[in-house]
Amino acid sequence: MLDDLTDAERKALAQCRHAILGVDRPLRLDCGVDLGPYRVAYQTYGTLNADKSNAVLVCHPLTCDQFVADRHPVTGKEGWWESLIGAGKVLDPARYFIICINVLGHCMGTTGPQAHEPSTGRPWNLRFPVVTIGDMVRAQAALLDHLGIPDLFCVIGGSMGGMQVLEWAATYPKRVFSAVPIACAAHHSAQNIAFHEVGRQAIMADPEWKGGDYRLHQTNPARGLAVARMTAHITYLSEQALQRKFGRALQNRDALGFGFDADFQVESYLRHQGSTFVDRFDANSYLYITRAMDYFDLAGAHGDVLANAFTGTATRFCLMSFTSDWLFPTRESRAVVHALNAAAANVSFVEVDSDKGHDAFLLDEPEMFRTLSGFLKGAATVRGLGSVS
Amino acid sequence: MAAPIRVDLQLIADMVEPGTRALDVGCGDGALLAHLMNAKKVDARGMELSQAGVNACVANGLSVIQGDADTDLRDYPDAAFDYVILSQTLQATREPRRVLEQMLRVGKHAIVSFPNFAHWQVRLRLVFGGRMPETASLPYKWYDTPNIHLCSIDDFRALCRTMGVRIERAIVLNSTSRRINLPPLLANLIGEQAVFMLRRD
Repeated sequence: MLDDLTDAERKALAQCRHAILGVDRPLRLDCGVDLGPYRVAYQTYGTLNADKSNAVLVCHPLTCDQFVADRHPVTGKEGWWESLIGAGKVLDPARYFIICINVLGHCMGTTGPQAHEPSTGRPWNLRFPVVTIGDMVRAQAALLDHLGIPDLFCVIGGSMGGMQVLEWAATYPKRVFSAVPIACAAHHSAQNIAFHEVGRQAIMADPEWKGGDYRLHQTNPARGLAVARMTAHITYLSEQALQRKFGRALQNRDALGFGFDADFQVESYLRHQGSTFVDRFDANSYLYITRAMDYFDLAGAHGDVLANAFTGTATRFCLMSFTSDWLFPTRESRAVVHALNAAAANVSFVEVDSDKGHDAFLLDEPEMFRTLSGFLKGAATVRGLGSVS
Repeated sequence: MAAPIRVDLQLIADMVEPGTRALDVGCGDGALLAHLMNAKKVDARGMELSQAGVNACVANGLSVIQGDADTDLRDYPDAAFDYVILSQTLQATREPRRVLEQMLRVGKHAIVSFPNFAHWQVRLRLVFGGRMPETASLPYKWYDTPNIHLCSIDDFRALCRTMGVRIERAIVLNSTSRRINLPPLLANLIGEQAVFMLRRD
């Protein structure tokens, strides 16, 4: 199972920890398939305290991974949430034991479509079972069992990470002391599914995709994956942010080129986003992870009443949205808040004023940091985690 | 830790039993919430209309959501709280009676404080000044006031009677925020604000 890793996986596994799970008891996936054994790659920061009460699980979004606060093994860029995690930051490893787990179906060390099917010894590719947000969370819970971590002081994440937070709170309420779902929703909207479908079709339209067997054919559907990334990237920004950053400015030229090169800076930017993405992401994984988000519907899994997902919960919630996020608009977070109120849950909700779109949760947003810091301070006091500096 | 808070907020806090659950509707900067949590170990939650107020509360470790007394109390289940508090906000709601009904559904007790529109200063300004009253507790111009449903202490008592709501406690404060114990007719003249604790009968 560990052989024939992709370059990215090899580099990732050299820089993080991993566990082989599901050897004796496979993971029953939502689609009905039993998966096992499977590998879970994860990164940790800080130290678990004696009474195991300071563990924080960070759930990563679609295109990020477990390298939340250290240099990325493939791109060499700094961790994707170093604004939040690090010495003197809101989540300080001196205080919390921070875990970030590469999700099931991804491509940075955890089992996904590029892994080998145990029964055949050949890559799964599109024969890999379709996984859900619920499957990802159950695999994460299995890893925590393996690590002997009974419960989490906090589960935090944005976008698809926020979906995992909601799933954690609904499935394992007793293991989640506090939950911070940011810029997310309890289900994927029609518009969101539509954008994902455009991305998937771009990948599948690339002749090098070969029905998902590109590694077998030694081809690379990089152009399809790049287009998928370009489309998705637009949904992560706001119109104001694009206008402010690029306007109609031209790229390295004084006049229009009357051709189809990247005349405009915004085109050049998107092309760059697309071409760098393919170095660190696998096309089949992109199909699987976007599918998992599309399938997410927490109310649907609880008799179409979202409040039922949280009945009797003792978890402390803090939700956050951003004014210019049109991918996961504030009303989606508010719907979760309504459901939590109906379940008489302890919930805080803040809408942060930002013109940076969905991506705001990954950026330097002082109001988000202040809110998080206050919320965690309150939760830590109740948890008995001692005084906060 | 229990810093002094505004007199009317202190009176409300005094009505709340320690260790209970309370919802403060229109919690502003969270002063009452923080006091209830720290001094009385109350499981206190807040709802506030202004996003700036909400953000400040959450950054201070309080459990607060953005919401509107008129529309968002419906989301809470019956008897979810021991107390639902509405301080100096009733007169700014669109449907005060509905809000009171919702408060008494969501909470076992409702605690309401409001400025008395029959206070003698208000009466004098309107009768002899001929202008809409502006006082310490009603500091707004008529055209930009959030207070769209002002009432007197006697008006409020009458509404409670109409609604069949039991008044458990009623405290009247004069313009120096001192408690006054006067018969209702005088209280309605001398009282500048009032705090009522109600329950369903």
